[in-house]
Amino acid sequence: MSFNMNSIWEWANPRKFMRWTDKALPVVAVLAAVVFVAGLVWGFFFTPDDYRQGATVKIFYIHVPAAMMAINIWAMMLVTSLIWIVRRHHVSVLAAKSAASIGMTMTLIALITGAVWGKPMWGTYWEWDPRLTSFLILFLFYVGYMALWEAVENPDTAADLTSVLCLVGSVFAILSRYAVLFWNQGLHQGASLSMDAEENVADVYWYPALVCIAGFVLLFIALVLLRTRTEIRARRLHAIELRERAENA
Amino acid sequence: MPDLGKYAGDVLMAYGATFVLLAALIWRSLARSTKIKRQLKEAEARRNG
Repeated sequence: MSFNMNSIWEWANPRKFMRWTDKALPVVAVLAAVVFVAGLVWGFFFTPDDYRQGATVKIFYIHVPAAMMAINIWAMMLVTSLIWIVRRHHVSVLAAKSAASIGMTMTLIALITGAVWGKPMWGTYWEWDPRLTSFLILFLFYVGYMALWEAVENPDTAADLTSVLCLVGSVFAILSRYAVLFWNQGLHQGASLSMDAEENVADVYWYPALVCIAGFVLLFIALVLLRTRTEIRARRLHAIELRERAENA
Repeated sequence: MPDLGKYAGDVLMAYGATFVLLAALIWRSLARSTKIKRQLKEAEARRNG
Protein backbone atom coordinates (compact mmCIF):
# COMPACT_ATOMS: atom_id res chain seq x y z
CA MET A 1 0.00 0.00 0.00
CA SER A 2 1.51 3.32 -1.03
CA PHE A 3 1.31 6.38 1.18
CA ASN A 4 0.20 9.53 -0.56
CA MET A 5 1.39 12.74 1.17
CA ASN A 6 -1.14 14.80 -0.78
CA SER A 7 -4.00 13.10 1.08
CA ILE A 8 -2.84 14.73 4.34
CA TRP A 9 -3.18 18.22 2.86
CA GLU A 10 -6.55 17.29 1.41
CA TRP A 11 -7.87 16.53 4.93
CA ALA A 12 -6.73 19.97 6.03
CA ASN A 13 -8.47 21.73 3.17
CA PRO A 14 -10.86 24.18 4.97
CA ARG A 15 -14.04 22.81 3.34
CA LYS A 16 -13.04 19.20 3.91
CA PHE A 17 -11.85 20.02 7.44
CA MET A 18 -15.26 21.54 8.27
CA ARG A 19 -17.03 18.49 6.83
CA TRP A 20 -15.10 15.79 8.68
CA THR A 21 -14.85 17.70 11.97
CA ASP A 22 -18.63 18.26 11.90
CA LYS A 23 -18.99 14.49 12.30
CA ALA A 24 -15.91 13.86 14.48
CA LEU A 25 -16.33 16.68 17.02
CA PRO A 26 -19.44 15.35 18.86
CA VAL A 27 -17.87 11.89 19.13
CA VAL A 28 -14.56 13.26 20.48
CA ALA A 29 -16.38 15.62 22.87
CA VAL A 30 -18.47 12.82 24.40
CA LEU A 31 -15.43 10.53 24.61
CA ALA A 32 -13.41 13.32 26.25
CA ALA A 33 -16.13 13.96 28.86
CA VAL A 34 -16.44 10.25 29.71
CA VAL A 35 -12.68 9.54 29.94
CA PHE A 36 -11.93 12.81 31.76
CA VAL A 37 -14.59 12.23 34.44
CA ALA A 38 -13.73 8.50 34.76
CA GLY A 39 -10.02 9.26 35.27
CA LEU A 40 -10.59 11.94 37.88
CA VAL A 41 -13.25 9.92 39.76
CA TRP A 42 -10.88 6.91 39.82
CA GLY A 43 -7.94 9.01 40.97
CA PHE A 44 -9.83 11.10 43.52
CA PHE A 45 -12.15 8.52 45.09
CA PHE A 46 -10.56 5.13 44.57
CA THR A 47 -6.83 5.47 45.14
CA PRO A 48 -5.06 5.27 48.52
CA ASP A 49 -3.10 8.10 50.15
CA ASP A 50 0.65 8.05 49.67
CA TYR A 51 2.64 7.04 52.76
CA ARG A 52 4.71 10.26 52.58
CA GLN A 53 2.51 12.77 50.75
CA GLY A 54 -0.80 11.74 52.28
CA ALA A 55 -3.92 12.89 50.38
CA THR A 56 -1.96 15.52 48.40
CA VAL A 57 -1.03 12.70 46.01
CA LYS A 58 -4.51 13.21 44.49
CA ILE A 59 -3.28 16.52 43.01
CA PHE A 60 -1.05 14.33 40.81
CA TYR A 61 -4.07 13.44 38.60
CA ILE A 62 -4.55 17.02 37.49
CA HIS A 63 -1.06 18.47 37.87
CA VAL A 64 0.86 15.93 35.78
CA PRO A 65 -1.60 15.74 32.81
CA ALA A 66 -1.90 19.56 32.75
CA ALA A 67 1.89 19.99 32.79
CA MET A 68 2.32 17.38 30.03
CA MET A 69 -0.33 19.13 27.93
CA ALA A 70 1.26 22.55 28.51
CA ILE A 71 4.50 21.38 26.87
CA ASN A 72 2.99 19.14 24.20
CA ILE A 73 0.47 21.77 23.05
CA TRP A 74 3.40 24.12 22.39
CA ALA A 75 5.07 21.29 20.43
CA MET A 76 1.86 20.89 18.38
CA MET A 77 1.85 24.66 17.78
CA LEU A 78 5.48 24.46 16.67
CA VAL A 79 4.67 21.78 14.06
CA THR A 80 1.59 23.60 12.75
CA SER A 81 3.47 26.93 12.67
CA LEU A 82 6.28 25.31 10.67
CA ILE A 83 3.68 23.97 8.23
CA TRP A 84 2.38 27.53 7.86
CA ILE A 85 5.89 28.91 7.28
CA VAL A 86 6.77 26.22 4.71
CA ARG A 87 3.42 25.55 3.00
CA ARG A 88 1.29 28.64 3.81
CA HIS A 89 -1.47 26.33 4.96
CA HIS A 90 -4.18 28.41 6.64
CA VAL A 91 -5.87 25.65 8.64
CA SER A 92 -2.57 24.67 10.25
CA VAL A 93 -1.83 28.16 11.58
CA LEU A 94 -5.45 28.57 12.70
CA ALA A 95 -5.07 25.29 14.62
CA ALA A 96 -1.96 26.76 16.31
CA LYS A 97 -3.90 29.92 17.19
CA SER A 98 -6.79 27.80 18.54
CA ALA A 99 -4.45 25.68 20.65
CA ALA A 100 -2.75 28.65 22.35
CA SER A 101 -5.45 29.52 24.89
CA ILE A 102 -5.88 25.83 25.74
CA GLY A 103 -2.10 25.57 26.28
CA MET A 104 -2.10 28.74 28.39
CA THR A 105 -4.91 27.35 30.57
CA MET A 106 -3.05 24.04 31.00
CA THR A 107 0.15 25.90 31.97
CA LEU A 108 -1.80 27.99 34.49
CA ILE A 109 -3.40 24.83 35.94
CA ALA A 110 0.05 23.22 36.23
CA LEU A 111 1.45 26.33 37.96
CA ILE A 112 -1.48 26.72 40.39
CA THR A 113 -1.81 23.03 41.30
CA GLY A 114 1.99 22.81 41.59
CA ALA A 115 2.02 25.77 44.00
CA VAL A 116 -0.86 24.33 46.05
CA TRP A 117 0.94 20.96 46.17
CA GLY A 118 4.29 22.59 46.90
CA LYS A 119 3.14 24.37 50.06
CA PRO A 120 2.54 21.26 52.21
CA MET A 121 5.38 19.25 50.58
CA TRP A 122 8.16 21.83 50.20
CA GLY A 123 6.93 24.44 52.66
CA THR A 124 6.53 27.09 49.96
CA TYR A 125 4.11 27.98 47.17
CA TRP A 126 6.89 29.18 44.90
CA GLU A 127 10.62 28.75 44.46
CA TRP A 128 12.79 29.99 41.59
CA ASP A 129 13.46 26.38 40.71
CA PRO A 130 14.48 25.61 37.09
CA ARG A 131 11.30 23.74 36.20
CA LEU A 132 8.95 26.20 37.93
CA THR A 133 10.71 29.18 36.39
CA SER A 134 10.77 27.70 32.87
CA PHE A 135 7.05 26.94 33.22
CA LEU A 136 6.36 30.53 34.23
CA ILE A 137 8.28 31.71 31.14
CA LEU A 138 6.32 29.23 28.99
CA PHE A 139 3.10 30.73 30.40
CA LEU A 140 4.31 34.23 29.46
CA PHE A 141 5.13 32.98 25.95
CA TYR A 142 1.57 31.68 25.60
CA VAL A 143 0.21 35.08 26.72
CA GLY A 144 2.59 36.89 24.33
CA TYR A 145 1.63 34.61 21.43
CA MET A 146 -2.09 35.30 21.99
CA ALA A 147 -1.49 39.04 22.43
CA LEU A 148 0.44 39.16 19.15
CA TRP A 149 -2.49 37.59 17.28
CA GLU A 150 -4.76 40.30 18.71
CA ALA A 151 -2.31 43.13 18.03
CA VAL A 152 -1.79 42.59 14.29
CA GLU A 153 -4.77 43.31 12.05
CA ASN A 154 -3.64 41.52 8.87
CA PRO A 155 -4.22 37.79 9.54
CA ASP A 156 -1.35 36.58 7.33
CA THR A 157 1.14 38.98 8.93
CA ALA A 158 -0.13 37.91 12.36
CA ALA A 159 0.34 34.27 11.32
CA ASP A 160 3.94 34.97 10.20
CA LEU A 161 4.90 36.84 13.36
CA THR A 162 3.25 34.40 15.76
CA SER A 163 4.87 31.46 13.95
CA VAL A 164 8.32 33.00 14.49
CA LEU A 165 7.44 33.66 18.15
CA CYS A 166 6.40 30.02 18.42
CA LEU A 167 9.83 28.90 17.15
CA VAL A 168 11.56 31.08 19.76
CA GLY A 169 9.24 29.91 22.54
CA SER A 170 10.02 26.30 21.72
CA VAL A 171 13.34 26.74 23.51
CA PHE A 172 11.40 27.30 26.74
CA ALA A 173 9.01 24.43 26.06
CA ILE A 174 12.07 22.15 25.77
CA LEU A 175 13.62 23.75 28.87
CA SER A 176 10.36 23.18 30.79
CA ARG A 177 10.53 19.50 29.89
CA TYR A 178 14.23 18.93 30.59
CA ALA A 179 15.01 21.62 33.18
CA VAL A 180 15.26 19.10 36.00
CA LEU A 181 17.88 17.18 34.01
CA PHE A 182 19.91 20.26 32.98
CA TRP A 183 20.04 21.74 36.50
CA ASN A 184 19.54 19.41 39.44
CA GLN A 185 19.65 22.01 42.22
CA GLY A 186 15.87 22.62 42.13
CA LEU A 187 13.09 21.35 44.38
CA HIS A 188 11.10 19.72 41.60
CA GLN A 189 11.71 16.00 41.08
CA GLY A 190 12.29 14.33 37.70
CA ALA A 191 9.60 12.86 35.46
CA SER A 192 6.81 11.25 37.50
CA LEU A 193 5.66 9.01 34.67
CA SER A 194 7.95 6.97 32.50
CA MET A 195 7.71 3.93 30.27
CA ASP A 196 10.47 2.38 32.40
CA ALA A 197 8.76 0.16 35.01
CA GLU A 198 11.71 0.59 37.40
CA GLU A 199 11.37 4.38 37.57
CA ASN A 200 7.61 4.60 37.50
CA VAL A 201 5.10 5.37 40.24
CA ALA A 202 3.20 2.38 41.72
CA ASP A 203 0.54 0.78 39.50
CA VAL A 204 -2.24 1.90 41.84
CA TYR A 205 -1.43 5.52 40.87
CA TRP A 206 -0.12 4.81 37.35
CA TYR A 207 -3.33 3.38 35.79
CA PRO A 208 -5.72 6.15 36.86
CA ALA A 209 -3.03 8.67 35.86
CA LEU A 210 -2.98 7.17 32.35
CA VAL A 211 -6.77 7.54 32.11
CA CYS A 212 -6.52 11.16 33.31
CA ILE A 213 -3.84 11.89 30.69
CA ALA A 214 -6.06 10.34 28.00
CA GLY A 215 -8.94 12.52 29.26
CA PHE A 216 -6.84 15.70 29.05
CA VAL A 217 -5.62 14.75 25.54
CA LEU A 218 -9.18 14.08 24.32
CA LEU A 219 -10.41 17.32 25.91
CA PHE A 220 -7.64 19.17 24.07
CA ILE A 221 -8.55 17.51 20.74
CA ALA A 222 -12.25 18.37 21.18
CA LEU A 223 -11.49 21.99 22.08
CA VAL A 224 -8.91 22.51 19.36
CA LEU A 225 -11.32 21.15 16.72
CA LEU A 226 -14.13 23.39 17.99
CA ARG A 227 -11.89 26.47 18.13
CA THR A 228 -10.29 25.81 14.73
CA ARG A 229 -13.75 25.53 13.17
CA THR A 230 -14.58 28.88 14.79
CA GLU A 231 -11.38 30.46 13.43
CA ILE A 232 -12.14 29.20 9.90
CA ARG A 233 -15.60 30.75 10.13
CA ALA A 234 -14.14 33.97 11.57
CA ARG A 235 -11.73 34.21 8.65
CA ARG A 236 -14.58 33.71 6.17
CA LEU A 237 -16.57 36.41 8.00
CA HIS A 238 -13.57 38.76 7.88
CA ALA A 239 -13.26 38.20 4.09
CA ILE A 240 -16.97 38.98 3.55
CA GLU A 241 -16.73 42.14 5.67
CA LEU A 242 -13.64 43.32 3.73
CA ARG A 243 -15.45 42.74 0.42
CA GLU A 244 -18.51 44.66 1.68
CA ARG A 245 -16.31 47.53 2.84
CA ALA A 246 -14.56 47.66 -0.56
CA GLU A 247 -17.91 47.65 -2.38
CA ASN A 248 -19.30 50.44 -0.18
CA ALA A 249 -16.20 52.63 -0.48
CA MET B 1 -16.05 11.78 49.77
CA PRO B 2 -12.66 10.32 50.75
CA ASP B 3 -11.04 11.43 54.00
CA LEU B 4 -8.41 13.95 52.90
CA GLY B 5 -7.23 14.63 56.46
CA LYS B 6 -5.18 17.75 57.08
CA TYR B 7 -4.62 18.23 53.34
CA ALA B 8 -8.32 18.61 52.47
CA GLY B 9 -7.98 22.36 51.85
CA ASP B 10 -4.97 21.95 49.53
CA VAL B 11 -6.48 19.11 47.48
CA LEU B 12 -9.89 20.77 47.12
CA MET B 13 -8.28 24.09 46.21
CA ALA B 14 -6.24 22.41 43.44
CA TYR B 15 -9.29 20.59 42.01
CA GLY B 16 -11.51 23.68 42.41
CA ALA B 17 -9.06 25.95 40.54
CA THR B 18 -8.71 23.35 37.77
CA PHE B 19 -12.47 23.00 37.30
CA VAL B 20 -13.01 26.77 37.29
CA LEU B 21 -10.27 27.32 34.67
CA LEU B 22 -11.43 24.45 32.44
CA ALA B 23 -15.09 25.53 32.73
CA ALA B 24 -14.12 29.09 31.73
CA LEU B 25 -12.11 27.77 28.76
CA ILE B 26 -14.98 25.54 27.56
CA TRP B 27 -17.57 28.29 28.09
CA ARG B 28 -15.49 30.87 26.18
CA SER B 29 -14.88 28.41 23.32
CA LEU B 30 -18.59 27.62 22.99
CA ALA B 31 -19.69 31.26 23.35
CA ARG B 32 -17.28 32.47 20.63
CA SER B 33 -18.27 29.58 18.35
CA THR B 34 -21.97 30.48 18.68
CA LYS B 35 -21.31 34.21 18.15
CA ILE B 36 -19.13 33.77 15.04
CA LYS B 37 -21.51 31.17 13.56
CA ARG B 38 -24.43 33.62 13.93
CA GLN B 39 -22.45 36.58 12.52
CA LEU B 40 -21.30 34.52 9.52
CA LYS B 41 -24.85 33.35 8.83
CA GLU B 42 -26.05 36.98 8.89
CA ALA B 43 -23.19 38.12 6.61
CA GLU B 44 -23.87 35.31 4.11
CA ALA B 45 -27.59 36.12 4.17
CA ARG B 46 -26.73 39.80 3.44
CA ARG B 47 -24.57 38.79 0.47
CA ASN B 48 -27.07 36.34 -0.94
CA GLY B 49 -30.14 38.39 -0.20
